[in-house]
Parts: sequence; structure tokens; C-alpha cells
Amino acid sequence: MKTLMRLVLIGIVLAVVVIAAMVWVPVQHTPAQALTEPGSAITAARGEYVMRTANCMACHTADDGQPFAGGRQIESPLGIIYSTNITPDKDTGIGHYSLDEFRATLYDGLRKDGAHLYPAMPYENLRFMSEADVQAMYLYFMQEVPAVNNKVPETALKFPFNQRWGLRAWNMLVLKEAEFKPVSDDAQINRGAYLVQGPTHCGACHSPRNSLMAQDGVSDEHPAFLTGGDVDGWSVPDLRGKDSVSAQWSTQQMAHYLATGRNDHATSVGEMSLVVEHSLQYLTSEDNHAIAAYLTHLSGSLEAGTLSAESATAPTETERLLTRADPTMSLGARLYIDNCGGCHAVDGRGAAEIFPALDGNALVTANSPTGLIHVILHGAELPSTELRPEALRMQGHAWRLSDEEVAELATFVRQSWHNKASSVSAGVVKPLR
Amino acid sequence: MARQDPKKDVVIVGLGWTGAVLGMEMAEEGLEVLALERGEDRDTVPDFKYPNIADELKYGIRYDLMQKPSSSTLTIRRTESETALPYRQLGSFLPGDGVGGAGSHWNGHTWRPQPEELRLRSYTIERFGKQTIPDDMLLQDYPVSYDELEPYFDRFERMSGISGQAGNLNGKTIPGGNPFEGWRSADYCMPPLQQTYDATLFADAAKAMGYHPFPRPGAIASESYVNEYGMQLGPCSFCGFCERYGCYNYSKGSPHVCILDALKRKPNFSYKTKAEVLRVELAEDKKTATGVTYFDHRTGEEVFQPADLVILCAYQLHNVHLMLVSGIGQPYDPATGEGVTGRGYAYQMSGGVQMFFKDKEFNPFVGTGSNGMVIDDFGINQIDFAREGFIGGSYISSGVANGQPIRSMPLPAGTPAWGKGWKEGIGQWYGHAMSIGSHGSCMSYKNCYLDLDPTYKDAFGRPMLRMTFNWNENDIRMTQFMRGKMEEIATHLKPDLMQSGFKKEGAMYDVRPYQTTHNVGGTAMGEDPKTSVLNRYLQAHDVHNVFAMGAGAFPQNIQYNPTGLLGGLAYWAAHAIRTDYLRQPRNLA
Repeated sequence: MKTLMRLVLIGIVLAVVVIAAMVWVPVQHTPAQALTEPGSAITAARGEYVMRTANCMACHTADDGQPFAGGRQIESPLGIIYSTNITPDKDTGIGHYSLDEFRATLYDGLRKDGAHLYPAMPYENLRFMSEADVQAMYLYFMQEVPAVNNKVPETALKFPFNQRWGLRAWNMLVLKEAEFKPVSDDAQINRGAYLVQGPTHCGACHSPRNSLMAQDGVSDEHPAFLTGGDVDGWSVPDLRGKDSVSAQWSTQQMAHYLATGRNDHATSVGEMSLVVEHSLQYLTSEDNHAIAAYLTHLSGSLEAGTLSAESATAPTETERLLTRADPTMSLGARLYIDNCGGCHAVDGRGAAEIFPALDGNALVTANSPTGLIHVILHGAELPSTELRPEALRMQGHAWRLSDEEVAELATFVRQSWHNKASSVSAGVVKPLR
Repeated sequence: MARQDPKKDVVIVGLGWTGAVLGMEMAEEGLEVLALERGEDRDTVPDFKYPNIADELKYGIRYDLMQKPSSSTLTIRRTESETALPYRQLGSFLPGDGVGGAGSHWNGHTWRPQPEELRLRSYTIERFGKQTIPDDMLLQDYPVSYDELEPYFDRFERMSGISGQAGNLNGKTIPGGNPFEGWRSADYCMPPLQQTYDATLFADAAKAMGYHPFPRPGAIASESYVNEYGMQLGPCSFCGFCERYGCYNYSKGSPHVCILDALKRKPNFSYKTKAEVLRVELAEDKKTATGVTYFDHRTGEEVFQPADLVILCAYQLHNVHLMLVSGIGQPYDPATGEGVTGRGYAYQMSGGVQMFFKDKEFNPFVGTGSNGMVIDDFGINQIDFAREGFIGGSYISSGVANGQPIRSMPLPAGTPAWGKGWKEGIGQWYGHAMSIGSHGSCMSYKNCYLDLDPTYKDAFGRPMLRMTFNWNENDIRMTQFMRGKMEEIATHLKPDLMQSGFKKEGAMYDVRPYQTTHNVGGTAMGEDPKTSVLNRYLQAHDVHNVFAMGAGAFPQNIQYNPTGLLGGLAYWAAHAIRTDYLRQPRNLA
């Protein structure tokens, strides 16, 4: 009995010591990597480009706020997280950060004062960034970004998530070695892999989350990496399966999609439109092609682009049904003709670059119909980009269709042409209005 | 005291087709450009969104996209002995309003003039003798040739997204196209649209009679298209809501879908809506403009906007009005024949044959604004002016544009206009009618002109524009000639009933029924400052930093819809400004 008591006591003491250490013993910064690109110049201009690849601006700028001055509300499953001010303002921004401290935010999710950032900051991915890119981005923020004095609201999550020291344990369990490992002998594929795994942090949305709510793999050694995730209830598409867009689209089509939010098959929706608007449209054509080449490589597709815009197949049963336009056909089919067919057409193939195909569309057939319902209700808008400046808009139908009608319509498009997704009930529609 | 805003390099008056083209061209030159648009801002979504835009009563009948006569109109009379009265209710023509202008609500018909039309005076004299030209006709050559304009026609067509079939590629006749058209350096950027049943019947009949039918060229996309600015069109769904409506389907070429989102990305371009330009301000010596004064409807004040270059891109009637109230060019005086501003207003002569078939169903609700098959066998360059006794010509076409229930319900003459008889008529004939239309030239005459009204003033105290216009014998002879040809084709189709509508001898201009919004002239372009306001680069002869776009520049109207010509002229003028004028501002002619 005494022995047991002693063991419990020792256990408690040890736990207290560990927790105390977790709270008070300073975290070691992950050290800088070697500068592996000796010939490349480290300039603020390069830093600006790296910033675009990492899309810092999108999260660190509030609606109608100054660039990088923070304060944007980020809806996380744990509650609202306020993005920080990353302008070089000395009081409220990062003006007093050394290069090492700056790197620690990217690699370890650590503030200058040692507090842990919430992993809404994608340091799981950014820690793959090269030292040259880190230094260039540091130069850019310190030299080119105007300092803005803007104190952002302190993030105040509920217990236990307000105990930031807990993230230390999370980090110990989750973080992988901070070094990008080449995936191929092909320089273009490696460049794409570096961008995808590192700065562009595609996995933050496109990978599933594990039981610790961490990304289930941050490089392609992990089988779940980039196999699709979930953002605000929207299913985020798989990027490596044999039915994924990476396998179906040509690298040319994928690169065009990244640069413009549109290609012969699809248009961007939801968060992806913001990524195109704020980040990918600024990438060089070479980098977008590198990303596309890596995704093709990742999908294992030897012959990329099995899908062509013109892929003429025999008319589907749905196409015949809609062409006959018999007034006795189902409500879903009638709603489709009345609301959708003008652009997306009876064959569900739409038109290249402007009306996305609904047949085989990842948003339409996603496990969760949330994204599809959202687009039917509220419409969608493509970002204006340099190559394709038109902010093409689909209008919303919330004012025009009842919950039941939206459910019927969504079910119809999820189960027409070659689509075989589950039905949608009116109850799912109501909360999305 | 007017507010004065910071100076701009260029101020553009009106943000329709030509305003958007010139805005883009000037912005690409790196200039600070401001466009002033009197109407509302507009875009596909939300302004033209489905299904709201497909509201015939609101847009087709009550003209929601048009200028409102209560805030802007003109006075009209037929002859000098009449007193002109304000055009208080839109009828004969429908000037557009808001960002996009008439480019929002047009049908998309996009033609080039025939080469002969651009040198019509010389052509007429060479072929038929000077005596062919009536004394009261102001027949002039355009001061620019077809060959010079060809690259600019091509550019406008590629920008605005025209579906069609070339008939003359670099001088080589292409089967299925218009064999009588001027040469094209390249084919249209999209293949022609599919045709409806009525168009096919017409084309078959025309072919059997030895004519040369071809699909009507139009700014309606037949497939996905991306233009030089990266702007996009998607294939048309044949909903039939083109004319008087904005397109919800991104299928009809318009400033919105072809230019504006690209233009709005330019940091050196900006535009203001509800900004109504009242006059161009001139320097003391009247040789240059210093800017424009506009009324800011948002703040309720007059604003002086200084600028180095003023480009008038408002509707033709407003460009003429602005020039008259600003003192640009000597006003035309019909008594002496002197003066140029307002001289040579012209319109468009059209006619039609309606046919009813008991056993044919036309499904008129399927259509586009540019639907149809056309013959140009009686176009200007195919007519013997001396033998036929008129100068001019028409193209003849058939193809339903829409089957809208209020305004597209043709009924045989004598059908009651309401009640049981009307209902029976609708029941019997809706969907069983087709028509053949002619679209023809209208020459300019000494007694058809625009000037300032001596009585009526607008809300800003400016004299209103006054139109003096009537039909002329020459053009009536032309349309009666077409009537003969068209009734032959109609008879060939063996309808159960047939009725014609053509202007007859002595016809007076009636402003009530809609005819066409192809008002042209008044700021004619020409080599001689005594007979033209603008030189060959659409630059005011008298005020070298004022340019005026649009159909006002036409010395007389062409037989075709004007957009293709005025679009080509806009790019032509922009090229001259960019490559020559900006280097050394001066009169370029």
C-alpha cells in the first residue's frame, strides 16, 4: 500500500515537473538549415515572391485592413483565432524580431516571447522552407513592408485550448524533421514537391487530419498526405488518387487552373479561389507547372490528362432525359433545366474555362454536399487574375429555391451523368442559408 | 463655383463600347485615365442575373436599361415647318444608359461596311455618273479606306467575340460566307451559331432562287472564347433575351464581358458613375480643350475635370449635343448649307414581310439576337444606282430573335387587338409565323440635321438637341425595291398568309414605333473641314485634343448595323493617338 502511494506520489511529482518544464523551460529553436543554393541571391524581391507562395497576406490582413497588419478572424474548430500583425512595427508587429526569431515562427510556431502560436499558422509545412527563402522573406518583411501600428485582439480560446504550453506537447508529437527531402531525380518535380510540401502548404487543407488534429502526413511518404480534407464542412478534394484531378488533368490544365482558377474542366470554389487570388496567380508559370508536374507524379499517373474537354462519349441517360424535357420528369431534373442547364448544359459538361463541368466535378460528388449546397444557395465568384481578368460569377439561388428544392437539385446533380454520390436532404440545406 | 478635381491625362465621356476600348488603349499607354459615365454601374451579376433579367415587362417594354427621357432627351420634328417637340416617351430609338451603354442591350449584329460604302461618293460618280446623286443629298466619302481599316475591324471583331462565316478571305471566295463582303485577313474567331427553322427555310428558298445565303455575324458566342485581354465568353443557350436585355449567360459580347474587368485592374484607370458631362471646356483661343465640366449626381455639384485629352464616347446624339453646346465646330445652318456640327444626321431604312403557316411550328422562344441567315445580293455594291433610281442597298435576312409574349406575338392583319378574338388569334398563330427583314442604308440630306432647340432646355439649362429628320424619296425607292425582292422570296415559301411593312412614297417619320437605335452622323469625319467635324482620325478639326468616337462620324449611314464600323474606327483612332498624337499633340490630318 505504501509502495503504491509512493509510486503515485512520484508520478504526480514527475507530472508536475514535466508540466512545469513544458511551461517554463524555454523551447529550443529548430536551427537554420544550410544554405543549399549558394549561387542564388537573397533579396527582398525574392522574399516578396516567397511571401506570395506562402500566401501570408491572405490570413494576416483583415478585411479592409492594412496589408499584413493582422486582426483577421480565422474560424478554427477550437474557436476564433486572430491573425497577428507581421508588419515590421516594433510595438505591435515583428519589427524587433531577429532572423532566428522570425525563422522560429515559420519552423516552430514560436513567438519572440516564447509563446506558442496556434497551428492555424501552418508551421507544420513552412518548416520545410529553405534557409534562402526564409532569409529572403525576412528581408522583404523588414525592408519592404510598411510598418503598421495595429494591436490585434488577443486570441482567447476556451480551456484547455487557452493553455498555449499544451502546444509544446502537440509539437513534440506532431512536428517532423525540418528539412525538405527531394522526391525524385527530376528537378521540376522536386521544385513542385518543395512548393507543395513547404511554402504553399497545400496539405493544410488537402490532407486529412489525424486524431491529434494534425495533418495526417506532411510529405508524400505518408499515404494519407494530400488525400483530401475538410474545411468548414466542405470536402477538400483528394490530389493523389487515381480518380483525382491530378490524375485526370494534364499538367498544362492543372497549371492553368492554379494561375487563373479555371481550366477546361473546372473552376475554383470556396477557399481555393482565395488561394488563387492572393497566392497562385502571382507564381511564375514555371512554378505552377512544377506544382502540376509534382501532382501528376504523385497521382502515379503515367499519362497525365486522361480527361479532355471534348471527350465525346455516348450521351448519358441524364442527357437524354434532359433533352426530351418531358414535363413529368422529376423535380430535380426540372430545376436543373430551369436554373442550371443554360450554362452547364444537358450533358453536364459546361464549357471550357467558363462553365465548369458538373459531370465528375469534385465539388458536386464530394462526400460532404456542403460546398455544393453553398454554391447553389450563394453562388460563386472567380478571382480576377492577370491571365484571366474576368471575375466570372454564378448567381446564388437562395432567394429562389426552397430547402426542399435545393436538396432535390443537389441530389439530381450528384446522381446524374456519371456521378454516383449520396442524396441530400432538406435538413442539410437549412443551416447553410 | 464648380469643384475642381485633380487633372488627368485623359478624360473619357461615356463608358460603353468605345469608351471601354479607348480606356484600355489609353491606359495601356500608361496615361492617367478617368472615364465619366452618367448612368449606373452595371455588371453581369448582379445586374443581368438570371432569371431577373428575363423580365420582358421591365426591360423589354419599360426599358429599364435605357436612358430615361425625363432626365435626358431631345426634341424632334420632321420638317422645318414643324415645331420640334420633346421625345417624352421612348419609341423609334432607345439610347442605352449606364456602364456598358448600348453594348449591354444590343443584339450583337456586327458587320463591316462594304469597301464601296466608305467611298460612296467616288464610287457613285465613277460607276453611274454625278447626275445620279440627288441635289439635296450630302453624299461624301469616308476619309479612310477599307484597306486601312481592315486590321482594326479584325481587332474589334476578335475583341468582341464574333461568331460567323467568312465569305472573302484575302480575296478568295469562301463557300457559305458572304461573297459580296470586303476582304478579311482572317476568318471570324468563332464558327457561326446554329440556325433556327425559319432561317433554314429562308436560306433554302434564297439558294433555290440563285442567291447566296450566309449566317449572320454576331457577338454571340457559339463556343468558349478568350479574347486579347484574357476576357471570356461562354456558349449561348439561345434563350432569346438579347435585345433590350443584358446577357446573364456570358454569351453576348459587351464591354462587361470583353473589356471591363481587365480594364479595372489597371491602376491608372478609374471611372465614375452618375457623372454627367455638361460641356467640354475650351481654352481662350478655342483651339484646345482644358477638360470637361460634369454634374456629379452623387454630391449634387458641378465639377471641372481638367485633362490634356478629351475623348467623347457618349451615344451619337449626346456627342453631337456636347459639341454644339461646347462650341466645337461651326453649327450647321441648313439655310446657307454652311457649318458642320449637326450636319448630315441619318438613320436606317428597314422593312419586313411577315408570313403565317398553319402547318409549320417555329418554336420562336429558341433564338438569339444575332440568329438568322442573310443574303447580300441586293447590297450596295450589287445595285445599279442609275438603273434602279436610288443610291443605297439592303441586306435581307430571316431568323427569329425571341418569342417573348408581349412584343413578339405577330398576328395576321385584322386580328382583334384584345378579347376573345385576340386570344383565338394567338392560339391559332403563335409559333406559326416567320418573317423576312431588310436592313438598309439611309443617306444624309441637306434637310436632315441636328441643332440646338430654340425653346426647350434641359435640367442644366442647356438648350436641348433638336432633330430634324424625315424619310427621303431616295431611300423609300430603295426600300420599295427590296419589297419586291423579299415578297418574291416569301411567295416561294408558300405561306398561308403574308403581309408586308415598308415605307411608301410620302411616308413621314413616326417616332412612336421602335425602328432602330442606329442614329448616325452629325459629327461627320472627312477631309474637308467645311463638310466635316472630325478628321480621318476622329479628331476635331478645330480642337485638336478632342476626339469623338461613335456613329456620329458616319457622313451617311451604311446599309449594315453600325457597331462593326464604329468599333473598327475606335481602334483606328486609338492607334493614331498612341503612335502619333501623344508624341506631338497637334492636328493629325
